[in-house]
Amino acid sequence: MRYATVAPTMLCGNRKKTMGGVVETTLATNGSSLLEVRGLTKIFGTLKACDNVDLTIGKGEIHALLGENGAGKSTLVKMLFGSLEPYSGEILWNGKAVTISSPSIAKKLGIGMVFQHFSLFEALSAAENIALSLDDKTPISTIAAKAQALSYSYGLPLDPYAMVGDLSVGERQRIEIIRCLLQTPDLIILDEPTSVLTPQEADKLFETLERLRSEGKSILYISHRLEEVKRMCDGATVMRHGKVVGHCDPRQETAASLARMMVGSEVQAVVRAPVEGIETAAPLLEIGGLSRQPATPFSMSLKDIRLNVRAGEVIGVAGVAGNGQGEFFEAISGEALQDEAGTIRIRGEDAGRLSITGRRLLGAAFVPEERLGHGAAPRMKLSENLLLSRYATDGKAFVGAMGLVKTSSVDAAAQRIVEVMDVRKSARDPEAAALSGGNLQKFIVGRELDRSPTVMVVNQPTWGVDAGAAAKIRQSLIELARSGSAVLIISQDLDELFEISDAIAVMHNGELSKPMPIAEATLEKIGLLMGGAEPGHVEHVKEAI
Amino acid sequence: MEIAESILLTIATAATPLLIAAIGELVVERSGVLNLGVEGMMVMGAVCGFAAAILTGSPWVGMLAGILAGAVFSLLFGFLTLSIATNQVATGLSLTLLGLGLSGMIGESFVGMAGIKLPTLHIPGLSDLPLIGKLFFGQDPIFYISLALTAAVIWFLFRTRTGLTLRSIGDNHTSAHALGIPVIRYRYLAVIFGGACAGLAGAHLSLVYTPQWVENMTAGRGWIALALVVFASWRPLRVLAGAYLFGAVTIGQLHAQALGLGIPSQLLSSLPYLATVVVLVLISRNRRLTMINTPASLGHPFVPDR
Amino acid sequence: MRVELVKRPQHSTLFSMLSPLIALALTVVAGGVLFAALGHNPFAALHSYFVTPISGIWDSDQIWQLHKLAIKAAPLILIAVGLAVCYQSNNWNIGAEGQLIMGAVAGSLIPILFPGFQNALTLPLMLLAGALGGAAYGAIPALLKTRFNTNEILTSLMLVYVAQLFVDWLARGVFRDPNGNNFPGSVRFSPAARVPEIYPPQGDAHWGVVLAIVVAVLVWLMLSRTLKGFEVKVLGGSPRAGRFAGFNAKGMVFFAFLLSGALAGLAGIIEVAGPTGQLREVISPGYGFAAIIVAFLGRLNPLGIIAAGLVLALTYIGGEEAQIVFGISDKVARVFQGMLLFFVLGCDTLIHYRIRLIGFGTAKAGEGN
Repeated sequence: MRYATVAPTMLCGNRKKTMGGVVETTLATNGSSLLEVRGLTKIFGTLKACDNVDLTIGKGEIHALLGENGAGKSTLVKMLFGSLEPYSGEILWNGKAVTISSPSIAKKLGIGMVFQHFSLFEALSAAENIALSLDDKTPISTIAAKAQALSYSYGLPLDPYAMVGDLSVGERQRIEIIRCLLQTPDLIILDEPTSVLTPQEADKLFETLERLRSEGKSILYISHRLEEVKRMCDGATVMRHGKVVGHCDPRQETAASLARMMVGSEVQAVVRAPVEGIETAAPLLEIGGLSRQPATPFSMSLKDIRLNVRAGEVIGVAGVAGNGQGEFFEAISGEALQDEAGTIRIRGEDAGRLSITGRRLLGAAFVPEERLGHGAAPRMKLSENLLLSRYATDGKAFVGAMGLVKTSSVDAAAQRIVEVMDVRKSARDPEAAALSGGNLQKFIVGRELDRSPTVMVVNQPTWGVDAGAAAKIRQSLIELARSGSAVLIISQDLDELFEISDAIAVMHNGELSKPMPIAEATLEKIGLLMGGAEPGHVEHVKEAI
Repeated sequence: MEIAESILLTIATAATPLLIAAIGELVVERSGVLNLGVEGMMVMGAVCGFAAAILTGSPWVGMLAGILAGAVFSLLFGFLTLSIATNQVATGLSLTLLGLGLSGMIGESFVGMAGIKLPTLHIPGLSDLPLIGKLFFGQDPIFYISLALTAAVIWFLFRTRTGLTLRSIGDNHTSAHALGIPVIRYRYLAVIFGGACAGLAGAHLSLVYTPQWVENMTAGRGWIALALVVFASWRPLRVLAGAYLFGAVTIGQLHAQALGLGIPSQLLSSLPYLATVVVLVLISRNRRLTMINTPASLGHPFVPDR
Repeated sequence: MRVELVKRPQHSTLFSMLSPLIALALTVVAGGVLFAALGHNPFAALHSYFVTPISGIWDSDQIWQLHKLAIKAAPLILIAVGLAVCYQSNNWNIGAEGQLIMGAVAGSLIPILFPGFQNALTLPLMLLAGALGGAAYGAIPALLKTRFNTNEILTSLMLVYVAQLFVDWLARGVFRDPNGNNFPGSVRFSPAARVPEIYPPQGDAHWGVVLAIVVAVLVWLMLSRTLKGFEVKVLGGSPRAGRFAGFNAKGMVFFAFLLSGALAGLAGIIEVAGPTGQLREVISPGYGFAAIIVAFLGRLNPLGIIAAGLVLALTYIGGEEAQIVFGISDKVARVFQGMLLFFVLGCDTLIHYRIRLIGFGTAKAGEGN
């Protein structure tokens, strides 16, 4: 709200200033609005996830819902789709007040949803997945035929009899979209749809959305990617800390002004000074011909991966989720061992047969993708979670005779990390699960940085983290590299990789391309590699498209 | 010929309670719930079925009482694991422990009484066919129920939309909830169905197999039924095959005991249990296969956001 | 009406302490209802069940009752402490009864096969053999789990039946006392092969009781203060984080099963060399299963388990008492034990969740700000 008073021109609609200095936006309530939300509030325990939220979506409008991670966007749409029950407030559908108490009621009204974390069933076929969200008793074969026809007409080809577990994330999203469209909804809610797509796939999606708009459908488009919102959306609602901070026309805004509205202050830009003479620096992490068979039925094999990370540099690994990044991380970290000791070398030592502890003792540090349950034990205190990855490397400091844990020194170290990384928490030493995503990630990254590792490997450093924490984490990783360590970042967030990497390699289908120096890399080139173009044939593919 | 016929008949009788209990548990596990209380529900079905038959004089009432007892008893498990999200393994165990205790208390005054056996079918002509006559047309009603139940479960799980929904919940309860499928309601129904089956299986023991009440008379059959579900990779037809395999092992060792081959009876009696272990080892060895077949949400508690 | 769970941001320390007590109270109430249903005065019955056995606390004439209680509690505590390590590390050993039997058998080999071997080493060696026997039997499900991915719940339980049949065969067959009038059971052990009583003039509690408490304290130290204990909790609570920490999950399976097997085996040999004095066809009144309840009632904390073991022992002794005084079936003890576990598990939900009851009419009944 503070921002809105400073720059009232940001807002459209009729405004009047109330006594508190808060700008109240009266929403356009003419006959053209399809959905109108007034004062919707949702409380979890003591947290107001949505606080008095207003939102209006016109017919045939693509409306953006903008906000940082944790701003309350997902909570809001879950209430619109009936998955969550509002605490107070009302929802008007075509001008009539409605109570959406379950997803099936939402579907009956004509609201469809494409989830961010897909709500699909891996052990079932695409057609069965679609059938489950249709209430009628149409035979599966009919549904399969319909789905296939629809998918081709929208240029989103789909094999209705494929098992979802075998499909890529992009294909899974198609199922979600087709499933939604088969219900012929008037309003389609898409929750962060492009976060799992290559730039080219995203373009394809935008075409589909434009076409839906031309057919008179309304779309609620949730994103934190500002460029695509500016490009496509007719109106936007911005949320911060559970509140609506403004309604605007994104076409009239700049990405920077939208970002300020989302974050509430200037976003600290990450500083990345170029480095000299990296080519001659010693490689600290060497991966030579890493191959791996799939460990589980639904995982990816790795094929002859080669990569060196030198002292002082940050190498980024881009790729669409599910192309082997998790398997790659496990192989480097030593959670999965290699057949040959020389496949992975850390500081010149063969590490392929060493466990994760052995690799840590060589000076490597690792931050996995999942915070809760992998990087940290959710039900354990922060100090215990410090011990988790440090009991061996800091054995003398943390563990005494007979394996007795020196609780006080562990505790002191945990508090030190909390201080350095500015981890916000409600208790002195809370359980990991009690922290917000951003704060826990700061702690986990800080836990490893605290050791000043020579090699640092991070998988999705800022996934689901708020902008402030993300900037802090990114900056600290760059600084670690500049102090002479080798840093390898695996990320799906291309903006992030362009911000912090000195070179970007792309992982596709278990293979890794050669790193492309950041000066040569463009979104388009990297995007094509992510989509599976042969490395070196990027130009070719571009022409073909 | 007659010996072969009687052996086949006894195998069918030994297999029937395993089949029924395992088919019930299969449906429960397909919905993503692991109920280790089969033994407890079964023994409750056995004691209540026996008691009701004695008190009313009707084995049919006994059978219904067994079904009801199993179903009601399973509700205890359902409430704890589904409504208040307790650990399914521990709760299932406690259901078994409570069932064994409670049945001992209820059944105390019935120990040593002669039971009432459920009548066997007799179709003149057909039942008298050599070898297969009695096997197919001269058995107790629960035998036919067990086969019908297996067929019905196959049809339900793989041919109906409701069955598909049940399987989807077992695969991913979070997704199912997001689509608006009432996860908890489905699971309650599955748990009750599993309880009713276990109760019926118990009633078979005390009304057909050995028409009397003996404390702990289930003797681990509930656990073997649980193992059968794993052995069958959650597929009903394989449960059928597994149940008859175990029936054969049980009867085989009984016959060996009767023949007095000089093998200690205790060793022979332990064969079904050892066979269970062996079979579990054989089937679990292939980690990949187990992973594909196991309902992905099996045993994980589900607490919906509201 | 609908039950709704609201997740607490942190687990509630208050309810971690209260939940076993609430469960106990609920069990007593349910027991009263049960006695009333059986046609007894619930208060008198509960008194004889829960109060008379512990009257030794204030009545020195009844101290022998406390000794009885301690004798029952000792094996329960020993086994449950091992199970606590298993369950905390997410290894579901439910075959402690079998491991107890095999421990008893292994330990009994010494006095049965070498009856002449009678000196100060006899008992220690028997205890060692008992622990090894239990551990070896516990190693089977551990091996099958790590090597073949076999479900340890089912295998450990199946092995209980096998062990029961095995000891039955021994006691009736090869080990039967030739001078025992054809009754099943081995020769009676010599005094050197018996666990001595602590203070015979007062009651017959033996040194196994002290051992159980010492073991519980040691395991508590291990779990709460050492890196090994940390490893147990991490691998049990979040296996993937445990792998990330570099802990060996397979090693933990063996650690948990060998430890719990050894403790169950120890309980078995103490039972045989203590109160019984010979190897019989039935060794325990289901201690291996009752210990599961003890472990949960003690919230998987060895110190809590000491108290919980006494409570469960009370249900055994109280059952005998109630049978003598009121003619209530001693089967009621197992009903009490089963109910207790149910209530414990139910109350444990309160530690991580708040429970809201929502009526049909008041769908929006939430708590205020």
